[in-house]
Amino acid sequence: MTAPHHGRQLRKNDLAKFEHTYKAEIASVSQLTAMERLYRIQIIDPEERRLFSFKPGQFVMLELPGIGEAPFGISSSPSSRDDIELCIRTAGNLTAWLARATRGMRVGIRGPFGTSFPMETMHGQNILLIAGGLGLAPLRSPIAYVQEHRNRFHQVEILYGTRDPSQLLFTFQYDLWRRDEIGLGIIVDKPDPAWKGPVGLITRLLEPIIAGKDEAFIQNTSAIVCGPPIMFKSVCAMLNEAGIPMQKMFVSLERRMHCGMGKCCRCNVGSTYTCLSGPVFDFWSVMNLKEAI
Amino acid sequence: MIFKVCEQEELRRLFDILAADNTVVGPVQTGLDRNGSALNAFKPVADYTNLNLGYTTTKLSAKSYFLPFRESLASFQIDGNDWQKTVDYHCDRPIVFFGLHACDINALNKLDKVLMGNTYPMPYYAAKRKNMFIIGIDCQPQPFCFCRSMGSDTVLHGFDLFITDIGNRYFIEIQSATAYNILARIKTRPPEEVDHLQYMAIAAHKNKQFTSRVDTTDLTKILDMEFQSPVWKQWGDKCLGCGTCANVCPTCYCYGVEETVDIGLRSAQKVKTLYSCNIVDFAEVAGGHNFRSERHTRLKYRYYHKHRGFVEAYEESLCVGCGRCGEACLAGITVPEVIASVRGEES
Ligand SMILES: Cc1cc2nc3c(=O)[nH]c(=O)nc-3n(C[C@H](O)[C@H](O)[C@H](O)COP(=O)(O)OP(=O)(O)OC[C@H]3O[C@@H](n4cnc5c(N)ncnc54)[C@H](O)[C@@H]3O)c2cc1C
Ligand code: SF4
Ligand code: SF4
Ligand code: FES
Repeated sequence: MTAPHHGRQLRKNDLAKFEHTYKAEIASVSQLTAMERLYRIQIIDPEERRLFSFKPGQFVMLELPGIGEAPFGISSSPSSRDDIELCIRTAGNLTAWLARATRGMRVGIRGPFGTSFPMETMHGQNILLIAGGLGLAPLRSPIAYVQEHRNRFHQVEILYGTRDPSQLLFTFQYDLWRRDEIGLGIIVDKPDPAWKGPVGLITRLLEPIIAGKDEAFIQNTSAIVCGPPIMFKSVCAMLNEAGIPMQKMFVSLERRMHCGMGKCCRCNVGSTYTCLSGPVFDFWSVMNLKEAI
Repeated sequence: MIFKVCEQEELRRLFDILAADNTVVGPVQTGLDRNGSALNAFKPVADYTNLNLGYTTTKLSAKSYFLPFRESLASFQIDGNDWQKTVDYHCDRPIVFFGLHACDINALNKLDKVLMGNTYPMPYYAAKRKNMFIIGIDCQPQPFCFCRSMGSDTVLHGFDLFITDIGNRYFIEIQSATAYNILARIKTRPPEEVDHLQYMAIAAHKNKQFTSRVDTTDLTKILDMEFQSPVWKQWGDKCLGCGTCANVCPTCYCYGVEETVDIGLRSAQKVKTLYSCNIVDFAEVAGGHNFRSERHTRLKYRYYHKHRGFVEAYEESLCVGCGRCGEACLAGITVPEVIASVRGEES
């Protein structure tokens, strides 16, 4: 019996995408803080490496065969095509294994998945990049894009808040950002004796940036906000208050993910798949997602 | 559409032709419940007399045949630092479904939209779905059936043959060329006016039998308006968070993925297991944050996904109104009652 073909016609190519894993190698590991490490990961096959490309804000599923698989935002420049960098915090089973990983270890990469920060549509604008804690990891990719196309943007400000100075990520990068005329404000919640910077919540850094700005500035400003829900909620409320349109604020949502492809439903917010329609959403969409914030 | 009529005995011949070199899965009586009514399940059937084509419903849907509870996604051969990944879609043989009700075929059509549509069609499902031969059969509405409210009491596509008992003979709708050719091997005749009239009389009679209803008018909006309604908490307080509703549901497809490594560290498995959004850690992320830690938020989410989100995406609900979840729920939570209470129509 030849079975009939139910459902729509599918291409073999599309089907093969589902469990397609790029075999990759950990090219280097650098410890950033007690809990976070930066992994440089290179796809082994040169042809596959050439084909792999991503946009700032997208994520990959990183797999250790037999241990597990989890989503991580790409933390490097979209134009460095040789490798990708992931900044990973030790949080559970898989990440504890990764914390013990050394150079040369082979991992699997699926993706890239999800939506991205619309960098092209921000050309000619001021950009506020606002990060709380580990939220700086996914912001490093759009920041790299801005650095590489600095003359396409007006004023660019990074505002970064973290709990205490020992948790600061990417400290080696700060001077390079400033050199590219990107403003960098850092605030900590719990200072140590050596800390000379401001203390408090991120909104304290934001206030002076948007206070007293004229309508033209506000209307020509986009914001990328990344951090825990409580943080992006208060930041976006403040930006909204200042007059920045909600469609020009972008946040990245974190949800549990087991597939990255709109199948397992674990990432659903209300009924939107964070892995397909997100993780990057404009704030207006987030406002319309029941249970998102 | 092409229709035929055959004598009742011919169905046995059709079964024998199909069963000769295929696995045939159909409704089989497995026992009696407390009230003495038949319990049925979809099982592989070798003998036509074991089929219970007049079955009312089954406790479990047929989904274990296309969305198995546990399924391997991939396996790995590990060699020191290196490994090889092998993917197997597990589609060895075609399956013939002999006697699915309209709701269950509609459930497959809905699953097709998610699992075979959009950017990432799921090969594990597609391989099985494309290798099915489906014979649908008409049914009698049970007290818990509200398929008519969900537009799932009739089915338009996604099957090969649909059979309606019109009294000592069967009225057959043919939907595929394969089915047409197989039917050529049994004795059929073109329907006559009397058969049409009889078919319509039976359909009209069936329509009058429904006692359970869901009002879907403006439901997506009402669900949004009543997102904070206290009724969710009331249902949530009853819910045990057991996940049985998702387990029996023909359209619930959510899953989790786990990897295990064999003792010798030579091989590893990546396995998908069906999950339920009512189970406590469904939306828990690393660091222990749980986006739906309370039972009522999870119960509410299940209703939102089925009756709001899916409607928004596909202009139809992800519920076919089979009533299985309500029948299986130990807390007595049924879709018609939940929706009515959200609409403020509490009895
Ligand atoms: C879009 C996105 C981007 C992310 N980017 C980063 C990043 O750049 N750096 C970083 O350190 N972390 C990031 N995370 C969080 C990261 O996925 C979790 O820390 C990771 O899943 C923990 O896995 P584990 O096995 O160590 O933890 P366990 O608690 O043992 O988790 C078990 C399983 O649960 C699932 N899971 C648990 N937590 C999460 C979670 N937060 N999100 C999704 N699935 C989860 C995974 O499938 C995981 O394998 C991101 C999450 C998302 C959704
Ligand atoms: S609704 Fe009923 S079947 Fe579903 S999880 Fe709650 S108690 Fe279990
Ligand atoms: S939600 Fe309940 S009534 Fe609807 S399809 Fe699933 S089991 Fe049937
Ligand atoms: S991660 Fe599976 S549906 Fe989004």
